[in-house]
Amino acid sequence: MSTDTTNPFNDATEQIERKRQIGRLFVAICFASTLVGIVALVALIADVLYESWGWVTWEFLTYPPSQVIDNYLPGGRGAGIYPAIVGSIFLIALTAIFTIFLGVGAAVYLEEYAPETRLKSFIEANIANLAGVPSIVYGLLGLAIFVRAFQLGSSLIAGALTLTLLILPIVIVSTQEALRAVPDSQRQAAYGVGATQWQVTRDVVLPRALPGIMTGTILSLSRAIGETAPILMVGAATSMFIAPDSLTSPFSAMPMMIFEWATLPQPGFQHVAAAGIVVLLTILLLMNAVAIFIRNRYDPRS
Amino acid sequence: MSVDTPSEITSAGSNIANRKNAAVRYVFFSCALVTILTTLGIILVLVQGSIEFFTEVSIIDYFTGTNWSPVIRPRSYGVLPLIWGTLLITVGSALIAIPVGTATAIYLSEYASPRVRKTIKPTLEILAGVPTIVYGFFALSFITPLLQRLPYIPDVGTFNAAAGAIVVGIMIIPMVSSLSEDAMSAVPDDLRNAAYGLGATKFEVSTSVVVPSAFSGIIASYILALSRAIGETMAVTLAAGMAPQITMNPFEPIQTMTAYMVQIGISDVSVGSIGYQSLFAVGLTLFAMTLSMNLFSLWIKSRYREEYQ
Repeated sequence: MSTDTTNPFNDATEQIERKRQIGRLFVAICFASTLVGIVALVALIADVLYESWGWVTWEFLTYPPSQVIDNYLPGGRGAGIYPAIVGSIFLIALTAIFTIFLGVGAAVYLEEYAPETRLKSFIEANIANLAGVPSIVYGLLGLAIFVRAFQLGSSLIAGALTLTLLILPIVIVSTQEALRAVPDSQRQAAYGVGATQWQVTRDVVLPRALPGIMTGTILSLSRAIGETAPILMVGAATSMFIAPDSLTSPFSAMPMMIFEWATLPQPGFQHVAAAGIVVLLTILLLMNAVAIFIRNRYDPRS
Repeated sequence: MSVDTPSEITSAGSNIANRKNAAVRYVFFSCALVTILTTLGIILVLVQGSIEFFTEVSIIDYFTGTNWSPVIRPRSYGVLPLIWGTLLITVGSALIAIPVGTATAIYLSEYASPRVRKTIKPTLEILAGVPTIVYGFFALSFITPLLQRLPYIPDVGTFNAAAGAIVVGIMIIPMVSSLSEDAMSAVPDDLRNAAYGLGATKFEVSTSVVVPSAFSGIIASYILALSRAIGETMAVTLAAGMAPQITMNPFEPIQTMTAYMVQIGISDVSVGSIGYQSLFAVGLTLFAMTLSMNLFSLWIKSRYREEYQ
C-alpha cells in the first residue's frame, strides 16, 4: 500500500477492489459446494442405472432369487426379486395400519386433548429423542421384545411392529403439524353448536387435516420401506423362494435382498443388486409422487 | 386433568356422547403412552442384555481392551476397535459434510434467488431420503474403484474406511445444509441492512453477521448430523467392512459398532450365548453416544437461541 500517492482515494479503491475479489471467490466456493451435493446425487443415480442396465427384466420381477448368476441372464431359467417385493408390500401395508392408528391417536391426544402440563412436554421431548435413535437399536428392541418375549419369531408381524415403532415419532410430529393447521375458529364453531370434544375431533378436525396426515404418513412409510438394519436384526430372510402368506410367515424384503446380492463375491451380482435398487427406488418414487399429489391437490396449506 | 373446553355446555348433550367423549380420551392417551413405553423398552432391553454380558466379561476389559474378537478364539471383548471404527467414519464424514453443508446453506440463504432455492433445497433433501443400503452399493461400485484409480494412494482395499466416510458424508450433507439454512433464513433482514448501512460487503454480512447470529442453529445441525453418522449402519457395513482394528490408515477395512451388530444379526448366534449378549452391550454403548449428542444438540439450541421478533 503506497502512502506517497497523490490521490488519497487510491487506497480506498484498491481496498474495495480486493473486497470485491474476496466476495467473488466466496460466492464461487459456496456455489461449488452446492454443486457437490447435486453432483453426488447425479453420480449415484447414474451409477445405479449403468450397473443395472439390461438386468431389470420381467423375469427379474416375477421369479424367486437364485445363487447362480446365469439364471438372472436373458435366456436363463429366470431369477429375481419377486418374494421380496411381496414381502416389502405386506410389511409396509401392516406398518401403515399400525402407524396410522397409533400415530394419529398420539398426535390427536397431544394437540387436541392434552393439557399444557409437564407430562405433555415430557412426551414431546421423548418423541424428539426417539426420532434420533439409530434404526439398528430399534432392531434390537424388536428382536428382544417382539421376536423373543412375544414369541412372534422372525415373522412379518414382528418386522412390521418394529418398523412401526421406528417411524412413529416422525408420523406423530407431521400429524401434529397437520392438526395445528386447522383453524381454531372451526373448532369453536362446532363447540358452539354443542358438539363434544370427540365429535369436534372426528367431524371437524380430522377430515380437514386428513390430506396433511396422509402426506406425512406416506413419506414416513417410504422411509420404512428402504430400512434394512431393523428388519435384519428381527431376522428377515435372504433366501426366501416363496412370498409370505400369513402374518406369522418368515419373510424377505427388498433391502435385505439388495444387501445379500451386494455381499455375494461372485462376479455379476453387483448388477443384480443394482437391478434390485432400481425396483426399490421406483417404488419409493411412486410413494413420494402419491404424497406430493395429495399435498398439492387436497392440502389447504399449499 | 382438566381441559379448556366448555364442559358445562357439552354436559347438556346426551349422556352417551359424553361417555364416548371420555372413553376416547383414554384411547388417544394410550397411543401417546406407546412412545414412552418404546423408550422404556429400549433402555430395559439394552440394560438387561448388557448386565448379562457384563457378568461374563469384565466391564473394565470391555472399555479398555484393544482387541475385539468375539467369535474367533482366544476370545476378547475390548470395544475400543469398534469405537475407533465408528469415530473414523464420523470424523471423516464430518470433514465432508460440515464445510460443504455450511457453504451450501450460506449460498442458499444469502445468494440464491428464491426460485433457485426452491429447486435446490428439495433436490438436496433427496440425498437424505435415499435408503442407506443404496449408499453402501454406491461406495462399493463407484467410490472405492474411484479411490483405487487415484494416484499416490497405494493399496486401497475393497472395503475401506474412506469410502464409508465419503458416502456417509454425502448422506448427511442435507441435514447440515437444510437445518443451517433454516437458522440463517430466520436471521432478520434488519441486522443485514444495518451492516450494509455501515458499508459492509455481502461477504462481510454473510460471515460476520448472518453466521454468528444463526450460530446455535448451525451447531445444532452439526451435532444432529454427526449423531446420524454414528448410528449409520448399512452403508458403512457394505463400504468399510468387518475388520475391527485400530488403524490410522483410512484405506484399510475397519468395523463400526453398527457393522458388528449386523455381523451378529446375519449369523446364527444362539440366544443366551455371549455373542448374542454382546449385541446389547454394543447397542447400549451406541445408544448412549447418540442420545447424549441429541440431548446436547437440544440443549445448545435452547441455551443459545437468539430470539428475533
